Amino acid sequence: MAVLLTKKARVVVQGITGHQGQFHTRAMIDFGTKVVAGVTPGKAGTKVEGVPVFDRVRDAVRRRKANASIVFVPAPYAKDAAVEAVEAGIKLLVIVTERIPFHDSLDLVPYARSKGTVVIGPNCPGLASPGQSKMGIMPNLLFKEGDAGVISRSGTLTYEIVNAMTRAGFGQSTCIGIGGDPIIGTSMVEALALFQKDRATKRIVLVGEIGGTAEEEAADFIRRRVTKPVVAYVAGRSAPPGKRMGHAGAIIQAGKGTAESKVRAFADAGVPVAQYPSEVATLLASTL
Amino acid sequence: MKFLEHKAKEIFARYGIPVPRGIVASKPEEITDPPLPCMVKAQVLVGGRGKAGGIRPAETLEEARQVAGQILGMDIHGYRVKQVYLEERLSIAKELYLGLTIDRSAREPLLMATAMGGMDVEEVPREDLFMEHVPAMIGIQPYILRSLAGALSIERDIAEQVASIARRAYDLFRKEDAELVEINPLIVTGGGRVIAGDAKLVIDDSAEYRHPEYANLDQDRTPLEQEAHDKGIVFIQLDGDIGVIANGAGLTMATLDALALKGGRGGVFLDLGGTDDPAKVKQAFELLIKANPSVILVNIFGGITKADTVATGVKQAIDEMHAKVPVVARIKGVNESAAKEILRSIGTHAAETIEEAAELAVRVKSGGP
Repeated sequence: MAVLLTKKARVVVQGITGHQGQFHTRAMIDFGTKVVAGVTPGKAGTKVEGVPVFDRVRDAVRRRKANASIVFVPAPYAKDAAVEAVEAGIKLLVIVTERIPFHDSLDLVPYARSKGTVVIGPNCPGLASPGQSKMGIMPNLLFKEGDAGVISRSGTLTYEIVNAMTRAGFGQSTCIGIGGDPIIGTSMVEALALFQKDRATKRIVLVGEIGGTAEEEAADFIRRRVTKPVVAYVAGRSAPPGKRMGHAGAIIQAGKGTAESKVRAFADAGVPVAQYPSEVATLLASTL
Repeated sequence: MKFLEHKAKEIFARYGIPVPRGIVASKPEEITDPPLPCMVKAQVLVGGRGKAGGIRPAETLEEARQVAGQILGMDIHGYRVKQVYLEERLSIAKELYLGLTIDRSAREPLLMATAMGGMDVEEVPREDLFMEHVPAMIGIQPYILRSLAGALSIERDIAEQVASIARRAYDLFRKEDAELVEINPLIVTGGGRVIAGDAKLVIDDSAEYRHPEYANLDQDRTPLEQEAHDKGIVFIQLDGDIGVIANGAGLTMATLDALALKGGRGGVFLDLGGTDDPAKVKQAFELLIKANPSVILVNIFGGITKADTVATGVKQAIDEMHAKVPVVARIKGVNESAAKEILRSIGTHAAETIEEAAELAVRVKSGGP
């Protein structure tokens, strides 16, 4: 099994006729994803990679029984596309688009969650459950079926780490790219809870970075609720402190947010932290 | 986008937040009719200017010009003062603090206030800080303003003014796509008026397209950073000498971390993000060459950005600029083999892993093979 995404997902691609939409529709089909429809307003009746295109998400849900959507729509139109999907009854929504104004996410994410839709992203590489389905942009060749759950805030760094895992023989149950924006649909803690419950997941990899307090919250959650072994990587350990304006950010973070704070929080929770991305695989070997 | 105080106050005033009268000047002789007595305030995009001597009083026109002349050109935490703001001096009975930002964990805006305004609000004990989330879908509600007024333990008339300012600040926060709206101090005058003593405003860069009126604001970038910004490239100058080009913020940071672990230091770094246009990669690489690094480390994991797209852009830039700078390249992911072929043809040093690439970059920089 896997979390969030299995072969049952019937995926609609919003923005399928664009350059990225088209390229990744092909790649998702090759991975084994059931891509049942595409949506681009004004392009109904055409086909992309053999997938029928509709004007509205509602039509994709009615005619093709789509139950999950991946959004490739450019940032200025992404909120519109995502709300359309939620209103059409989509229950799993992956938003790949980067640079969505975060005030749009402040509207969209709590709204979607209140409607019972699980949101992954925005600004994320998506989901991949090897052997089952992929909703995202991660290169297919990286993955291998296995028992490690991966949670990452980053895009390309996720590829890096999954690649190292696969080469070392650690396959993945599901890889969740939760996204790098300040406001995201599924938090690191929520993703951890999913993997803790999932029978097919035996170990968990966390890929974090400086900024925000998601890693500290994850470490706290691991200490209290997670019994499976967890290993981590934190990017930005050499980054100089940024020049800041105002006090509000410092008040919220209350001394957290730095690489040291995150590494210390993980250490306190018994989570080993890799120095290089590839070292994640070595640390995983010690969980066997 | 960060805003200088005077520009932020102009926007505050548009939303009905009371601000003192003031004038902007970039030369002492431009000052003809300042509100007197006044405070002469350095306009820089960084906090802590008061402690650094960037805010000083003046009683007369002559003194105002003289003080302005001293503050203009000052260096405050690495930022040169290009403008001063001369503002009416207020009689201060009390200094409050009011701030709005987002709480990532709660996925909601957070309204913050304290009766202990002034410098270093992060030092104020938690129990003396008012913090209330605002549900963005619903907007700021009267109960939030009531509890704000209650928490500050101030007279009713003052509390009503603070509540009104909070409501207007929230309106601004949402409509202007702000990351931060902060008033510190929020001054209560001897006459019982509440007025924004300072104004900090940061607007989400991703929302720039919705606010074309702010497009030409000076962000105090270096000339290369400005050029990069105009071309839509994330480009940051650090202290080191190794140029790094990678795709994605996480991988870029991981590459800089690896360099640090191998004894090198990233100088300029450039995040290609999710581009898949060779012309854009070429522009980015040209910028990097212009920054004159001792070696360039390319670390790409192809996904949305195809590896061969990057390689093509790099080759075009090197060919056109006849660049002699050594390049260490580590390329993985979508269309990897085509990319490697292209890079081999221009004589780059190839590496398989990040560690290897970082080590090689440090070695090549010091004249090694």
